[in-house]
Amino acid sequence: MVVPLAFFGVFFAYPVTAIVLRGLKDGGRWHFGRVGEVLADPAIGHVLWFTTWQAAASTALTLALALPGAYVFARFEFPGKRLLRAVVTVPFVLPTVVVGSAFLALLGRGGLLDELWGVRLDTTVWAILLAHVFFNYAVVVRTVGGLWAQLDPRQEEAARVLGAGRVAAWRRVTLPALAPAVAAASLMVFLFTFTSFGAVQILGGPRYATLEVEIYQQTAQLLDLPTAAVLTLVQFVAVAVLLGVHAWTVRRRESALKLVDAAHTARRPRGAAQWTLLGGVLTVIALLVLVPLAVLVLRSFDGPDGYGLAFYRALASAGGSGGTFTVAPLEAIGNSLTYALAATGIALVVGGLAAAALTRRAGRLVRGFDALLMLPLGTSAVTVGFGFLITLDEPPLDLRASWILVPLAQALVGVPFVVRTMLPVLRAVDARLREAAAVLGASPLRAWREVDLPLVGRALAVAAGFAFAVSLGEFGATVFIARPDSPTLPVAVSRLLGRAGELNYGQAMALSTILMLVCAAALLVLERIRTDRSGEF
Amino acid sequence: MNTNLRRALGAAVVAALGLPVLAACGGSGGSDGADGGKTVTLVSHDSFVVSDGVLKDFEKESGYTVKVIKSGDAGSAVNQAILSKSHPQGDVFFGVDNTLLSRALDQDLFTPYEAKGLNRVPKNLQADAARHRVTPVDTGDICVNYDRAYFADHKLAPPQTLDDLIKPEYKNLLVTENAATSSPGLAFQLATVAKYGDDGWQDYWKKLKANGVEVVSGWEQAYSERFSGSAGGKKAKGDKPLVVSYASSPPAEVMGVKPEPKEAPTGVATGTCFQQTEFAGLLKGAKNTKGGQALIDFLLSRKFQEDMPLQMFVRPANQDAALPELFTKYGVKVTDPHTLDPEKIAKNREQWVKAWSSIVLK
Repeated sequence: MVVPLAFFGVFFAYPVTAIVLRGLKDGGRWHFGRVGEVLADPAIGHVLWFTTWQAAASTALTLALALPGAYVFARFEFPGKRLLRAVVTVPFVLPTVVVGSAFLALLGRGGLLDELWGVRLDTTVWAILLAHVFFNYAVVVRTVGGLWAQLDPRQEEAARVLGAGRVAAWRRVTLPALAPAVAAASLMVFLFTFTSFGAVQILGGPRYATLEVEIYQQTAQLLDLPTAAVLTLVQFVAVAVLLGVHAWTVRRRESALKLVDAAHTARRPRGAAQWTLLGGVLTVIALLVLVPLAVLVLRSFDGPDGYGLAFYRALASAGGSGGTFTVAPLEAIGNSLTYALAATGIALVVGGLAAAALTRRAGRLVRGFDALLMLPLGTSAVTVGFGFLITLDEPPLDLRASWILVPLAQALVGVPFVVRTMLPVLRAVDARLREAAAVLGASPLRAWREVDLPLVGRALAVAAGFAFAVSLGEFGATVFIARPDSPTLPVAVSRLLGRAGELNYGQAMALSTILMLVCAAALLVLERIRTDRSGEF
Repeated sequence: MNTNLRRALGAAVVAALGLPVLAACGGSGGSDGADGGKTVTLVSHDSFVVSDGVLKDFEKESGYTVKVIKSGDAGSAVNQAILSKSHPQGDVFFGVDNTLLSRALDQDLFTPYEAKGLNRVPKNLQADAARHRVTPVDTGDICVNYDRAYFADHKLAPPQTLDDLIKPEYKNLLVTENAATSSPGLAFQLATVAKYGDDGWQDYWKKLKANGVEVVSGWEQAYSERFSGSAGGKKAKGDKPLVVSYASSPPAEVMGVKPEPKEAPTGVATGTCFQQTEFAGLLKGAKNTKGGQALIDFLLSRKFQEDMPLQMFVRPANQDAALPELFTKYGVKVTDPHTLDPEKIAKNREQWVKAWSSIVLK
C-alpha cells in the first residue's frame, strides 16, 4: 500500500493541492472570501447548472439507448458479436478531438442528418448529448451486460412457471439483481459527462461550458487561479460524492448473487420480437457508433486525386506534413505506443499493488483509499498539468522536461481501471490454496507462481489491455504537459487539425483512423482473453 | 513549501517507488548543472517548428545542444512560464505575442538583452525598444479570409474592410471565433477596437450581429468545418464563405497541392487585419545565459528567419530575410494592419472580452 499511496501522493495529491493553494493563498493571506464571491457569480451559477443537467440528461439518454444493447449482448448469440463489442468500446478510448470532427460531419451543416431530413444539431445541446451517448455506450453495455450475462435465466423462468407474468417476473427477479450494476454504470456515465471537456468544447459552441471547460479557461487562458481553485474544489466535492455513492452500490453488488458462466446464457434470438429487438439495437449502434467512425475513415481516404492512400503516404515524411512537425507524423505512432507501454507498466505496478492491499484489508479507511484511486478520473487535466509544473520542478523530481511525465499522467487515469479489474479476481483467490502450497514445501515465490499467477494472469492481461487503450487515447493531461518534441497520436491529430491546408486535414483523419484501429485491435485481443466478466469495465 | 523539505520528499518518493530509472530520466531531462554549459533550452508553444537542418547548423556553429519544450497553445505557454518563473523550465521563451506581452512583462519574466541583428527589424515591431526585455521574431496578420469560388459564382465582390462586413450583401456569410477562448477570435475583436475606438467597437459588433455573424469556439471549427473555402471545410460541406483566419492561410491551402494552381482557392480581405507580433526573451533565472543569448541571436538570423515562413506560416521580423516563393506567389502583403498598444490591451482585455460576450453571445 506504500507504493500506490506514494504514487498518488506525489503525482496527484501534491500537485493538485499545490495549485489549489496557490489560487487560494496570495501573498501569505488566505482568500476564503473568493469562495463565496465565485459561487455567487451568476455566470458561474449558470455553468454549474448546465454541467449538472446536461450530465443528468446524457446519463438518462445513454441508459435508454444502451440498456437494450446490454440485454442483446448478454442474452443473444450472433455472428460478429465479439468484434462488435470491441468496436462499441473504441469511442470510449478515442480522443474527443477526433470524435468532435466526426460528429460535426454527421450532425452539422451538410451532414448526413441535414441531407436526409434537413436536421442540423451542431452547437445545440443535442449534439453534446448524442456525443456523450457515443462515448459512454460501452460503459453501460460492459458493466450491466457483463453481469446480465451471468444471471441465471432459469430464475426468471422459474418465476414464470410459478405464474408470474413476463413483466412481473422481470421486475421481481432480474431487475433487483441488475439494479446495482445499472446504478454503478449510471454513476460512471454521470461522472464522465459531468467532467466532460472535449465534446462540450468542440460541439457546444461558445454558449455552453461545463465546470471542466470553465476550469480550463480560467487556468490556461485567463490565469485566474483563485477562480480556478474554487471551481476545482467544487468539482472535487461533486466527484467525491459521486464516487462515494458509487463505492456503496458496488459493495451492494458484491453481495452474493448466484452467477453462472456467461457462455451458457446466450443463444440465438427466437421469434419476431427478439429479432426485432436485435435489429433495433444493431441499428442504433450503426447510426450512433459506426457511422461517425466510418465518416472519419472515409475522409482519410478522400485524397486530392480521388480516393486513395495519399494521406497515409504523406504521414511518413516530415516535409509533407506542411512543417507541423520536425519528424514524420508516422513517428507519433511509435511515441504513442512507447508512452502507452510505459504507462501500462506503471499502472499495473501501482494498480496491482493497490488492489492487493485492498484485498487483504477491509474497513472504512481502505474503502476511502479505493475511492481516492478513482479521483483522478474526475479531476480536471489542466489542474493536474499545471500542478505538475509548479511542484515537480526541483531535482530529484524535476520531471517537467522529462518524457516520463506523460506516462505518469496517463498512468493516473489507467490505475482506476486496473484496480477495478483486478479487485474482484484477487478477492476470489482462496488464501488457503496458498497456505496449502506453503505447507507442501513451496517457497513464497513458487507459491505465487503456481497459485496466484495462473488465477490472476488473465485478469492482469485484461487490466493491462485497458490501461494500454486508455493511455493510448489520453489527451487532456498529455497535451498540457511539457514534453520534448515527440507528440502522441492524439496530440499529433489535434496539431494537424490546427493547421490550414488539405494535406494537414487529411493526415489528421488518417492518423485518427490508425489510432482507431490500434484501439480496436487492443480491445479485440481483450475480448479473446477475457472469460470472467465480473469486473466492472 | 520549503526547498529542503521538497527535496527530501522527492528523494524519499523516488526511493519508495523503486524507480531509479525514473530518477535518472529526470536528471538527464532537466537542464542540470553538469551540462548546463552545453545545453540551451527553448520553451515555446505547440506551433513552434524549425527545420532539422537549420537547428543542426546552429548547434554545429555555436557548440550548444538545443532542447525544445513545447507547452500548449500560445496563451497557456505564457501562463505556464509565469507560473514556473521561480524555477524556469528553460533559458529562452519564444512565443509571447503583443496581446499577451504586457502580462509577461508585468510578471517580470525576462532579463534584458539586446539581440544582434535588431537593427534590421522595423521600429514598429519593437514593442520594448527602450529596455530590450523581449526581441521581436516574427509577425503575422489575422484577417478575414474569403472563398474565391463562392464570390465568383455569386458575382459578388469579396469584402475588403471591416465596414464592408456589416453591409447587407454580406449578410450571414461570416464565421468567427469566440474572443474569450480563441486567439484569432480575440485578435479580430481587437482589430475592431483599433478601428472604431473605445466608443465605437461595441456598436460595430451589434451591427455585425444583426448582419448574422456566427461564432464558434475555436479556429479549427471555424476554418476546417464551417468555412467553404478550406480543404477541410469543403469536405465538411462548410457553408460560410467568410472566416476569420490568418493572412498566411491561402499559401497554406496551396502547399503540397499538385499541379500548382494559378492562385490560392482563398483570398484575404486586407482591410480587416490585426497585426500580431511574436517575441522571444531570455528567461530570468536561466541556467545558461550565454547560450540563451546566442539562441536569441539565432532566432533573428537570416537562416532561421527564412526557414520560419514555411514552418510556422508567419512573416520574418528581419527585413533581410527573403520570403519563400509560396508566400510571394500566393500570399498577400498587408500594408496597413490594425494594431493596438500592448499595455492598452493588457489593461482592457478582460473588460473588452466581457462586453463582447454580452453583446455577441447572449
